[in-house]
Amino acid sequence: MTDNSVVITRSKSTQVEDQFALTPVFSDGLGQLNQYQQQAWEVFKTLPYPSDTQEAWRRTSIRALKLGKLQLAGSNTNSQIPAELTKPLTDDLHGGEILFNGSQVTIELDEKLARQGVVFTDLRHAQTEHPEILSKVLQASKTYSEDKFAALAAAFGSNGVLLYIPKNVTVEKPLHSLFWTAGEGSLHAFQVFVFLEENSSATYVHESASAESKQGQNLHAALMDVKVGPNSKLNFVELQSLSSRDWNFTHEKVSVDSDAEVDWIFGALGSHLTKNFSDLNLVGRGSTGKMSGFFFTNGDQHLDHDTQQNHLAPNTTSDLLFKGALLGESRSVWQGMIYVAENASKTDGYQANRNLVLSDKARADSIPGLEILTDDVRCTHGATVGKLDTDQVFYLESRGIPRKEAEKLIVEGFFDPIMQRIPFEGVRKRFQNAIEQKMREY
Amino acid sequence: MSELDIHDLKVSIEGKQILNGVNLNVKQGEVHAIMGPNGTGKSTLAYTLMGHPSYTVNSGSATFKGQNLLDLAVDERSRLGLFLAFQYPVSIPGVTVANFLRTAVNARRKALNPEDKGIAIPEFRKLLMEKMSILKMDSSFAGRYLNEGFSGGEKKRAEVLQMAILQPEIAILDETDSGLDIDALRIVSEGVNLLRSQNIGVLLITHYQRMLNYIKPDVVHIMMGGAIVESGGADLALHLEEQGYDWVREKYENGTPSVN
Ligand SMILES: Nc1ncnc2c1ncn2[C@@H]1O[C@H](COP(=O)(O)OP(=O)(O)OP(=O)(O)O)[C@@H](O)[C@H]1O
Ligand SMILES: [Mg+2]
Repeated sequence: MTDNSVVITRSKSTQVEDQFALTPVFSDGLGQLNQYQQQAWEVFKTLPYPSDTQEAWRRTSIRALKLGKLQLAGSNTNSQIPAELTKPLTDDLHGGEILFNGSQVTIELDEKLARQGVVFTDLRHAQTEHPEILSKVLQASKTYSEDKFAALAAAFGSNGVLLYIPKNVTVEKPLHSLFWTAGEGSLHAFQVFVFLEENSSATYVHESASAESKQGQNLHAALMDVKVGPNSKLNFVELQSLSSRDWNFTHEKVSVDSDAEVDWIFGALGSHLTKNFSDLNLVGRGSTGKMSGFFFTNGDQHLDHDTQQNHLAPNTTSDLLFKGALLGESRSVWQGMIYVAENASKTDGYQANRNLVLSDKARADSIPGLEILTDDVRCTHGATVGKLDTDQVFYLESRGIPRKEAEKLIVEGFFDPIMQRIPFEGVRKRFQNAIEQKMREY
Repeated sequence: MSELDIHDLKVSIEGKQILNGVNLNVKQGEVHAIMGPNGTGKSTLAYTLMGHPSYTVNSGSATFKGQNLLDLAVDERSRLGLFLAFQYPVSIPGVTVANFLRTAVNARRKALNPEDKGIAIPEFRKLLMEKMSILKMDSSFAGRYLNEGFSGGEKKRAEVLQMAILQPEIAILDETDSGLDIDALRIVSEGVNLLRSQNIGVLLITHYQRMLNYIKPDVVHIMMGGAIVESGGADLALHLEEQGYDWVREKYENGTPSVN
């Protein structure tokens, strides 16, 4: 007898099982922010969901994300922000701080900075108070057309941060913003626009964090568009400590003009799943970009960082170091590309990714890449995935240090080179505490 | 008084027995030298006493200060007063010498008193700088990653520095002399002698007489085929230097241990 039952195989490209049913609310249809959102919404509707047949999504599946169950984040989703998150990250007090908590936004900016023309505010206020500047950044930003989630972030991102530093202004004190969310099964979208005019400098720390919830999945979509003008310098620190129910999708672009410099730091500790695209675009001659990332995953976390160092002008320098440690059944992916355009001669590109896999069930994928279209460049890369070395542990134990502490010391040592690249005591402390907490699981 | 007592110790690694019944007794204040050809199990003995997880003790015993050493965790052995200066110290990237040693000192204090808040940083710095100057180590070593990029001799010096700070009661020095230049050999030996005056017991594994010129042994043992086959006074080392190991081999028929 032959079996006549029909076997149905699910098509591989079907990534999302149920359909996203939300529509953005355009509250003031005439404002430029709404117009921009509407454009993004139109793009959103035409774009397909990412599929695991695409290289960038091969290792990060969104199949288990229940898009159909998502609700718009209501105005009742604000909750107490943990004090730790608003502590200054340096000895200096903040030059300005913006806290987003549900529908509540509090904005502070040093008066002196405001008088110098520095804008550090949310997008809603920017629309009424600084329409020309907002228009300048919105018109220049096409990041939302990158993919479905980028479009989603822009279409639903009815608020966010605008940081603008005028020409010849140096901002010494760090500026800090926190996007804090709470809720069960909600969609949170957010956008950050940074614009440094010529010959200026600033330090900006942005953190995304959320409250742990009991059930449901939250979707976090964010978009960051950063421009560093000629001969300017930006220190940009991003911290991510989202809850274990958050699915986090971010598209970030930093474009660096002639002789300008960005020092870009990523710290990722949270979220259930993250897919982050970070592009460093060295568009001006002699520009420099440094990218430093650290992550520490546990449980069933899945963090995927996709970095791009694009050398688009001559004499440009990039230097990337990402370091991660993994516990439990967690996974990390780092996929990095150095691209050197035909005209970008005398370029120096470097990328390294080092992973410490602390559990047999954890896994780190490290995929460096080079695409070089010109001669006279120096590009090097390296990637390693290793375990805790038993001889190192033994050595420390032989000096009377208990096993657990020995292991913690080695893990801290592993991260030390990346900590050295972070000029903020507060950020280092936060990360050290996180190591301590996560290592209890080891 | 601290005493390390090893009785008929048989040890294997990867299923291969290396130590075939070692007997040894080292008391506080004594210096014992162990000499013997390459691969006879000297380091195996040292590692086993310190508790390296790769070694399996098949039979025999090792007691230290009356406690069964083999039952203790590695860190407990250290805090009890045993120290091993490694033949090949590993490097620990990202962990500075100062941070590492402060952690080690604090681990000792915490074991004595769980409430201990740890050594004050200025006090620790003073201790570290004092010991480093005795060993003629540049103060910049304090901020360097442990053994990372250290030269052979620098590693050995760093081992003795650790010993000077942790103040053990019995120390095993596994070829601490190899890799040291002539001046360093003297400095390091003086460092060991300083501890000796505080009544430390030393088990000194070496291939050469030269360190024994500075640190005078009470007993010299010859190890062959995984056992101590011959013991004598300080002149035994001089004898070996002149004659080599052939006569020992002949006497013990390719390392078959004697029954003592
Ligand atoms: N992992 C291992 N697997 C198999 N054999 C091993 C292993 N480790 C050590 N051995 C063997 O054990 C024997 C004893 O080694 P050990 O290091 O104790 O010698 P040693 O007396 O210290 O020599 P040396 O004077 O060269 O330092 C050697 O033959 C060595 O090859
Ligand atoms: Mg040896």
